[in-house]
Amino acid sequence: MTTIAPDPVAPDPKVDRALSRRRWLGRLRGGGSRPIWRQPVTLVALIILGGWLLVALFAPLIAPYDPLAQSPEAYASPSATHWFGTDSLGRDILSRVIHGARLSIPLALAIVSLALLIGGLLGLLAGYLGRLADEALMRLTDLVFAFPQIILAMAVTAAFGPNTRNAVLALVIVSWPVYARVIRSAVLSMRGDDYLNAARLLGVGPVKALRRDVLPNSIGPAIVLATLELGNAVLLLAALSFLGLGPRPPAAEWGSMVALGSQDLSMWWVSVFPGLAILTVVMAFNVLGDALRDRLDPRYAKGR
Amino acid sequence: MTTVHDGEPGAVTTTASRPRPRRAHPLLVFLAKRLAITAGLLLGVTVVTFGLVNVVPGDPVTANLSDQALNDPATVAAFREKWGLDQPLWAQYFQYLGNLLTGDLGISQQTGRSVLDDLVRYVPATMELAIPTMVLALLIGTGIGMLAAVRNGRFTDQLVRIGALLGLSTPPFWLSLVVLYVFFYKLGLAPSGGRLSTAFSPPPTVTGMYTVDAALAGQWDVAWDAAQHLVLPVLVLTSLTVALLVRFVRSAMLEVLQQDYIRAAYAKGLPARVVLRRHLLRAGLVPVVTVSGLAFASLLSGTVLVESIFGWPGLGQYAYRSATALDLPSILGVSLFVALVYTLVNLTVDLLYGLIDPRIRLS
Amino acid sequence: MAPLLDVDSLAVTLPGPRGPLPILHDVSLTVDEGELVGIAGESGCGKSLTAQTLLGLLPSGAKVSGTARFAGTDLLGLDQRGWQRVRGAGIAMVFQDPTAALHPMLTIGRQLTEHMRVHLRMDRRAANRRAVELLDQVRIPDPERALRSYPHQFSGGMRQRAAIAIALAARPRLLIADEPTTALDVTVQAGILALLDRLRAETGLAVAFITHDLGVLSALTTRGYVFYAGRVVETGSTGALLTAPTHPYTAALLGARPHGTQAVGTLRPIPGSPPAPGQAPPGCPFQPRCGYAEPACGTSPPPLAPAGEHRSVACVVRPHLEVAAR
Repeated sequence: MTTIAPDPVAPDPKVDRALSRRRWLGRLRGGGSRPIWRQPVTLVALIILGGWLLVALFAPLIAPYDPLAQSPEAYASPSATHWFGTDSLGRDILSRVIHGARLSIPLALAIVSLALLIGGLLGLLAGYLGRLADEALMRLTDLVFAFPQIILAMAVTAAFGPNTRNAVLALVIVSWPVYARVIRSAVLSMRGDDYLNAARLLGVGPVKALRRDVLPNSIGPAIVLATLELGNAVLLLAALSFLGLGPRPPAAEWGSMVALGSQDLSMWWVSVFPGLAILTVVMAFNVLGDALRDRLDPRYAKGR
Repeated sequence: MTTVHDGEPGAVTTTASRPRPRRAHPLLVFLAKRLAITAGLLLGVTVVTFGLVNVVPGDPVTANLSDQALNDPATVAAFREKWGLDQPLWAQYFQYLGNLLTGDLGISQQTGRSVLDDLVRYVPATMELAIPTMVLALLIGTGIGMLAAVRNGRFTDQLVRIGALLGLSTPPFWLSLVVLYVFFYKLGLAPSGGRLSTAFSPPPTVTGMYTVDAALAGQWDVAWDAAQHLVLPVLVLTSLTVALLVRFVRSAMLEVLQQDYIRAAYAKGLPARVVLRRHLLRAGLVPVVTVSGLAFASLLSGTVLVESIFGWPGLGQYAYRSATALDLPSILGVSLFVALVYTLVNLTVDLLYGLIDPRIRLS
Repeated sequence: MAPLLDVDSLAVTLPGPRGPLPILHDVSLTVDEGELVGIAGESGCGKSLTAQTLLGLLPSGAKVSGTARFAGTDLLGLDQRGWQRVRGAGIAMVFQDPTAALHPMLTIGRQLTEHMRVHLRMDRRAANRRAVELLDQVRIPDPERALRSYPHQFSGGMRQRAAIAIALAARPRLLIADEPTTALDVTVQAGILALLDRLRAETGLAVAFITHDLGVLSALTTRGYVFYAGRVVETGSTGALLTAPTHPYTAALLGARPHGTQAVGTLRPIPGSPPAPGQAPPGCPFQPRCGYAEPACGTSPPPLAPAGEHRSVACVVRPHLEVAAR
């Protein structure tokens, strides 16, 4: 074979892996085509998300009415005084939608963070320790996956009593396995790497090795998953509260607002606006998650 | 399996069959293993559900008895005894397991019927929604996914991607309401909900699915009415399932399109439709089959929400009522059934892999 | 007699993330009926892209200029229908990795007969019979059984033989073999090369053999083209190229080859690496790595100019080059 020069196209895999932990940060900034914030759809999603975050933050200042305040103007259609109309108890829908953001978004963040923490930890351990620990984790996740998410969440919430805290608990229980699986496979794919073995031979303890070498490389897929799951968390939370198993009324949760509106179809505004709120928030999360995944996960990078 | 080896033209390895050692048929071994795993899984499901309903603050007594009844200790005691709630937990569990083996799923606390009867009554209603949805969603989803992959980067592709994301972000219960509002309230095209108009009575039960049973009994007007009631819920469920499928199909097809064998197929002078239909589709089917399993799972979740809006008396409704009433036998029955269905679906998926991909088949 | 394939001043640009990238510049080559021509160069020099262009398999957004005529047909003016007629039945291609180029879920028989039936209008039985003949021709044992088998049941060498059979199924006049032995064991390579030579002799097939290994050229071909950075830098008879090259790059390629009893210390890799597309320096693209470069080399890329009988070279310096005797 002709040996003309080291082929610049095929880098040394060991070096590549060691650099990859820096690489995902660099990729985020704009390796490849255009940076994330330049692509139009992603930009719109970021703006929408930013808007909702602001709404959630400044809800008491933005909302024209008290979300819990009932009034005799029941079922008023959208007008100048009530932009989104009022519901069956005369409460202003716009204000309730605005305050709903204070429930849905932080709760979704909490759910995802907790699930990521628990699932990620378990997945990390299972992948690193291998053998029995790994097998145990796989069986456990299989068990959770055997239930449809909603049904399991329903059962847990109903069992512990329907309120906000238990809804969050139920959703964490339902969602942690996905993180565990993803982190576990990320860890497993690294186990063959020489530099991990080298570290072990040098006497680097497992905790340090986990923290220094394994963790940075599993963070990428975990972040992608978390962003994608944020939208799912909002949807599941809304579903639970729609079924009456979430934050207790009169809390202004979007799902329960839609349920209220289902009682009388002619008063369409009672359901439509909260539903649109859910849609826009979830859509924004999903678009963002997709963009992140295109950027950070090389498997999906082609076919942009 | 014999491999044909390369070598100099003279020294050819013969592929004559040698007497094979007697071994169990690999397919049977595979099935046996799966059966064992399934049994283990179902056992786990019973433990989880049983534990969930019992080792937690919720009390079926308070959930099922009226306030008046709760004040009377005799009624409470009778209730407890009737449902075996006064026995130690592990005793209850093993009693339940024993009953299971004889096919007795217990009596539902809320309906008073045997859980098995309840399932027989409600499952077909959900199947009547699920089957058309899966068929339609697979056809439409695969088609659109392939289209988007082939036109990667162009307008069609972008449209499909955004559409799919939109579908995934839509709450099923909200979409049901919107659809109901538009097609029933505003346009008057569709019925308001339920499985049958009040004018009709259900056909004699064969499968439990009204459309099928009515057609079998020759009651075409009933069949037509039942079909009309199907349209809206199936529309909602299909849209959501298509959104899920399209993304997976698209990325699967994109991966296949990168492969050399697709380029080689074009290089042979085959027309595009042959390449797409025979080469692309077949190669991309394996991930499609995988995601069908996932889609079916999300479908069952979706029915819980959709059924409640359309007043559809199916498994979703039943599950919801059981969960809120902490009706243990019902919850267990539903969970077991669903877990069983999942496992069957996964099994079918794995078997289909072997059918599609000869590499898996022969290993 | 007019050559079977006549490519003149072919230039190809591909769409890139920051604008169009020129990949091929001013490529001219010919292949006569029944001739075995070699195309050599290191990875990324554009030889595979030339093959793709000749089959109309460039990605969308590619811009092509120049002319390419095959048996009198203007290839670059073909529409989809036209290409479908040429591909497989006029020009056929064998890819580098047979494992990737064969569909894993279709039987060998299917992959052999599907285009045969399209181009040659055969029914299934006739196509299967011809398929068996073809497998026999490429020396695959037990061809009837092979028809029903799947690619993964064959070894690498056998897969490539099957791929060659598939390429020949619709009776093409020109076969483009894109590095057909690179993915195979060295022991298997000789067999494939011998097969191609025999097929050429038996059927009058013309072959354009793409490779990065000059040693292969010496074994098979009568004429060769040397590519560098998307240009033809030298062409001539194989013997002349290997014993008396005129372009410094060709000489460097030869000098860098390990050969038989050559002592390890005499391997001389060429320092540096080829320019990436769109980043070629002005002037001769080889200039940064050339040991004979002169200021004149830096102004504009030297054109391919005659340098003796049936020889051309793209070099203005044309140093006297010594190649180790073998």
